[in-house]
Amino acid sequence: MATQTSTLPVQAAPITTGVALPAYTLWWREIVRFYRQRTRVIGVIASPLLFWVVIGSGFGTSFRSGDSAGQSHYLDYFYPGALIMIVLFTSIFTMMSVIEDRKEGFLLSVLVAPAPRSAIVLGKVLGGTTLSAIQGLIFLVFAPLVGIHMNVGQFLLVTLTVFLVSFSLTALGFTIAWPMDSNQAFHAIINLFLIPLWLLSGALFPLAGASWWMRILMRLNPLTYGVESLRMLLYPDSPQIFPLPESLATLVLFTLFMFGLAFLMVNRRTTKPAA
Amino acid sequence: MPSNTPAYAEAAPVRHAPTDAIISVERIVHRYEDRTALNGVSFDVRPAELFGLLGPNGSGKTTLFRILSTLMVPVGGRAVIMGYDTAQEPNQVRRHIGVVFQAQSIDVKLTAAENLYHQGHLYGLHGSGLKTRVNEMLERVALANRAGDKAETFSGGMQRRLELAKGLLHHPSVLLLDEPTTGLDPGARRDLWQYLQILRDEERVSVIVTTHLMEEADRCDRLAILNEGKLVALGTPAELKQEIGGDVIWLETRRDARDLANRISSRFSVEASVIGEDDQNARIRLEREHGHRFIAELADAFPGEIQSISVSKPTLEDVFIHRTGHRFWTEKQGQEASA
Repeated sequence: MATQTSTLPVQAAPITTGVALPAYTLWWREIVRFYRQRTRVIGVIASPLLFWVVIGSGFGTSFRSGDSAGQSHYLDYFYPGALIMIVLFTSIFTMMSVIEDRKEGFLLSVLVAPAPRSAIVLGKVLGGTTLSAIQGLIFLVFAPLVGIHMNVGQFLLVTLTVFLVSFSLTALGFTIAWPMDSNQAFHAIINLFLIPLWLLSGALFPLAGASWWMRILMRLNPLTYGVESLRMLLYPDSPQIFPLPESLATLVLFTLFMFGLAFLMVNRRTTKPAA
Repeated sequence: MPSNTPAYAEAAPVRHAPTDAIISVERIVHRYEDRTALNGVSFDVRPAELFGLLGPNGSGKTTLFRILSTLMVPVGGRAVIMGYDTAQEPNQVRRHIGVVFQAQSIDVKLTAAENLYHQGHLYGLHGSGLKTRVNEMLERVALANRAGDKAETFSGGMQRRLELAKGLLHHPSVLLLDEPTTGLDPGARRDLWQYLQILRDEERVSVIVTTHLMEEADRCDRLAILNEGKLVALGTPAELKQEIGGDVIWLETRRDARDLANRISSRFSVEASVIGEDDQNARIRLEREHGHRFIAELADAFPGEIQSISVSKPTLEDVFIHRTGHRFWTEKQGQEASA
C-alpha cells in the first residue's frame, strides 16, 4: 500500500454544485424508475398504438365524407389534436411522481441538498418531458398511414413542437402537484384543467367555426398554438390561422412561463412544513 | 496497526467554526396556524459532540429539526450552523449538513449503489472521487455485497444503514438525525448508536439526534430537553441527574407509611414523600446523597419497620418530572406525578 495516498486531499463538497449534474441525476432517476416498472412501459408504448386502432377503424370510416383536398377526412383533421392529447395526458400525469416522492420521503432528501432549486425543477420536468415526447413521437411514426410525408426540416420542427408542448405541460403538472399531498386531489384539479384545455385547443373542432367567446378562449389557450403549429407542419395546405413562427414563439413563451412558475413554487421558503 | 481507520478520516480537514459552537440556536420561535410549536428555544452545540434533543411527542423537536435542516423558516429567532444562518443562507448550510429523516428517503426502486450515486450528484460529487466514496460508504455500512440490489429487497435495518450512508456521503460536519431508531430491533438500534459514536470520535462529526427514548438520550454527550415548545433542561445527562440530589431511595413498610415518612423526615432532615394511595402498599420516596450508606442508617434507625428498601440513581425521567412537574408521557396533567 502506498503511503503517499494519505496526503491526497479529501473530495469535499464543491462550492457550487452547478445545475447540470443535479438536473441530470434527477432526470436519470425518472427514466430508470420508468423502465423498471414494466406496466408503465407497456402503457406508454401501447396507448398511442391503441389510439391508432380506434381512430383508424372507428373515426376513419364513420367520418369519411370529406370534400376538398388536404382536409378531406375528419381523421386528418383530428390527427394533430390526437397527438397533442397523448402528450397532454402523459405530461401531466408523470408529475404525479412529485406527490409520490413527497409521500415516500425521497423529496425531503433532495430539498436538503445544496442543488439549485432550478435544477430540481429542470430534472423532474425533463424526465416527464422525455417520456411524453417519446410517446408523442411513437404516435408520429404512423403519420404516413394518413398520408403525411415529412421532410427532415418538418420532422425536426414537429419534434420541437412536441417537445415544447410536453415541457410546458409537464411544468404545469409539476406546479399543480408540488403543493399537493394526495393523488386524489391532483386528479380532481387536473380533470378540471385537462379536458377544457384540450377541447378548446382546436383539436376537435376548428377555431373558425366556433362562437365568438369560444374563439377568445381558444386564442388564450396555449395548447391551441401547439395544435395549430402541428397542423401547419403536417398539412401545409390547410387553412392558416396563425403563422407558424407566431405559434412557435407563443409556445416558447408559454414554456418559459410555466418553468418560471414551477421554479417559484419550489423556491419559496416558508414557515410551513416543507413536507 | 491495530486501529484500522480509513485514510480519509486522517486526512479530513479540521474545520473551525467562527465560535466555539458549531450550531447556535438563538431564541427560536415557531408557530403553526393555531399552535405555538417552539417558544424561545436557545442552545449551542459544540464540535464533535453527540447532542440529543429529548422530548415527548408534540414537544417541538421535529419542528426544530425541520428548521435546522433548512426545510422551514422559523417565525422568530434564528439557527446558525457553521456560521451560516439556516434561513438566510440555506445552500451554505446544506453543504455542511447531512440529514437522516425519520421517514425513509431512499428510493427503493434504485439499487443501494444507485441511491448513493444519485445523492452524490445532488451534492456536486462525480467521477472517480464519487465512485471511491460510494464504495467506501457501502463498505462502512456493511452493504458492499448488496450494492447492486434494489433497496426494496432490504430489511428495515439495512435500509436505515443505507439512509445513513446517504446522509454521510458528502462528508458533512454536522449530522442531523430525526428519531433514527424508529422501527429498528434492539440489535440494529445498538449498532446505529455505536456508529454515531464512531463518527463523533474518528471523524469529529457533530451529531444532533432527536429522540423520545430515555436510554438513547442517556448515550448523548449533552442533552436539550424540550417540553411544549420550551427548553426545560440543558446539560450532560449526568449533570441533569445530579440536580435531583443524589440517589433516589424507595422503601416499603407494613405500618403507617405517612407516620414513618414523618419520622424519617425529622430524624434525617430529608424530604420523604409517600407515593401510592392505599396504606397497605404505600411507598416512601426520598432523595439523598450516598444512598447506599444512608439505607444502612435507615435500617438501623427503624428496625423492623421497613419491609424492603431500594436505592437507584436518578433517571432522565426523574429530571423531566423535576423540571416540568409532570410525567414524560402524560400531557398537561400535572401535579399528582410530582407530589
